Amino acid sequence: MSFWDFVGSRRQQLLMDTYQHASAVFQCMVVAAVIGIGIGMLTYRNERAGRLAIATTVTIMTIPSYALLGLLIPALGLGVPPTVTALVLYALLPIVRNAIVGLRGVDPSLVDAARGIGMSRAAQIARVELPVAWPTILTGIRVATQMLMGIAAIAAFASGPGLGNEIFAGISSLGSANSLNQVLAGTLGIVVLALLFDAALVLIGRLTTSRGIRA
Amino acid sequence: MPEGDAVTGATIELDELTKRYGHSAQPAVDGVSMEIAAGETVILVGPSGCGKSTCLRMINRLIEPTSGRILINGEDVTGIDPVKLRRRIGYAIQSSGLFPHMTVAENIAQVPKMLGWSKSTVRDRVEQMLDLVGLDPREFHGRYPRQLSGGQQQRVGVARALAADPPVLLMDEPFGAVDPITRDHLQDELIRLQHELHKTIVFVTHDFDEAIKLGDRIAVLREQSHIAQFDTPEAILTNPADDFVSGFVGAGAALKRLNLTRVRDVGVVDVPTAAMDDPRETVVDRLREGTSNELLLLDRRGRPYKWLRTGDLALAKGSLARAGTPVTGHVSRDATLRDALEAVLTDSAGRVPVTGRRGEYVGVVDMETLMNSVHELLEADRMAAIEHRHDLEEMRAHHTQEQLEAGFGEGGR
Repeated sequence: MSFWDFVGSRRQQLLMDTYQHASAVFQCMVVAAVIGIGIGMLTYRNERAGRLAIATTVTIMTIPSYALLGLLIPALGLGVPPTVTALVLYALLPIVRNAIVGLRGVDPSLVDAARGIGMSRAAQIARVELPVAWPTILTGIRVATQMLMGIAAIAAFASGPGLGNEIFAGISSLGSANSLNQVLAGTLGIVVLALLFDAALVLIGRLTTSRGIRA
Repeated sequence: MPEGDAVTGATIELDELTKRYGHSAQPAVDGVSMEIAAGETVILVGPSGCGKSTCLRMINRLIEPTSGRILINGEDVTGIDPVKLRRRIGYAIQSSGLFPHMTVAENIAQVPKMLGWSKSTVRDRVEQMLDLVGLDPREFHGRYPRQLSGGQQQRVGVARALAADPPVLLMDEPFGAVDPITRDHLQDELIRLQHELHKTIVFVTHDFDEAIKLGDRIAVLREQSHIAQFDTPEAILTNPADDFVSGFVGAGAALKRLNLTRVRDVGVVDVPTAAMDDPRETVVDRLREGTSNELLLLDRRGRPYKWLRTGDLALAKGSLARAGTPVTGHVSRDATLRDALEAVLTDSAGRVPVTGRRGEYVGVVDMETLMNSVHELLEADRMAAIEHRHDLEEMRAHHTQEQLEAGFGEGGR
């Protein structure tokens, strides 16, 4: 059976896995972006807090994904909970780091002007600092999304959803008729998804970045 | 001081304003007291690190004073919500501080929006402000700051500061980052604006020439914002309070003084004149009558045209058309004495015709008149300064006496 015959015959299952993979990555990204930007906003003004936030997220990154899932399973069980937790944790580093770098990179004279004309602290962040730092923050989100695409595949280890199931099933039955096709289908699906997500984020970037600061 | 139109500014009073950072022994600003009249432009000038910016930023409480009070129009604003306070005070800074992700119109609209003005009022106001600072609303409305030149950005910065019509405008080295020619234009523009608006402006700069040009009064600050002298530009130039001030005024105080007086304020001399079409005999007679051996020939519209000397007449036997030397330079009555001096120095014979509004001949300035007027000016300034100081001392003595009497009174009770 050729690869395309295989894909044709397993279309239903593959589409389901692809959809679940995309959905998991997307939802984890939204959660991670909210948490990450929040951490960034809370820590960027303080040298030590910022360093602590970045160091913590770096430490999380260094834990192998297998090990992290393995550690989460006893606490959270199998399936969706450990998958979401792991993905959100891994996505934090690029988002937190870029949020801090981006917010710190805002020209101090802009913040001074914003305060000077009578903006409250919340208005300074919402109307000046976040919009100006937005391109940098969005870059962090893009990097995180690409990373999550790959890491989400490993979530199948914890019986999570997504294309990882195809890859795992293929690897565990290596040597049998369709095992290679299965691995290939899963991998290809992830690559295509990653490209689509990236394109979508670039588009979002163009739509949400003011013309005044677009590169 | 402004005259004519109603003053829209507010008085500002700084009362023993002090800023101390952490536990450092030396305060950054040490007990500054200053009274600023409504509609007045006061310049804080001093070397870098003297705390002049800190002083300015305490007025809208971007920096909270450690002690002391700020009164605006008599109201103590030291305790009120700083965010609300800042919306009532215009603020313009170096490098304009425009928000790069907002259009020019959005930038200007910020404060009116925060004050809850209606959309249509804000829109009208933005157009009006762009007009005021000399930018065409249709062209600049939708532009982003990066699409503007430095000078244009600074104008928008001033428009934003004035958008909600605040009585007080604080400017922190607003023209520090633009090239000298643009800076000159912006300064002229600010003078024109202030002539229309009569705001109370507090302006920080380290450029003494800028201070002289813009200020009704100048406060020269030394370290920790101690006021070395707080007086009119004329008084500071002619009568610096001490070595620090004269050092800061720098060399050429007399030359700088020339910038403050215009040709129309000093006497010009008359020279014999003749019209181009006058017959030769008339011209010759006028030259003989005159005390000098020169005569100014005017064209048909009364504008200076040529200098004629006795010698030129002898040479030009026939007509006067070819005789004499054409007038090369002239100064208008609105020119500063410095411009006049420049023109006199470059003129080969050391005299320059003064012209009126339409370029017509009014008189002549030469080295002698300039020198006389400068001496008179300096003398007058000196007298005024001495009188001023005398008044101050008298007032202070009176004050002390009163205090003493009050003290005795209490002691007796």
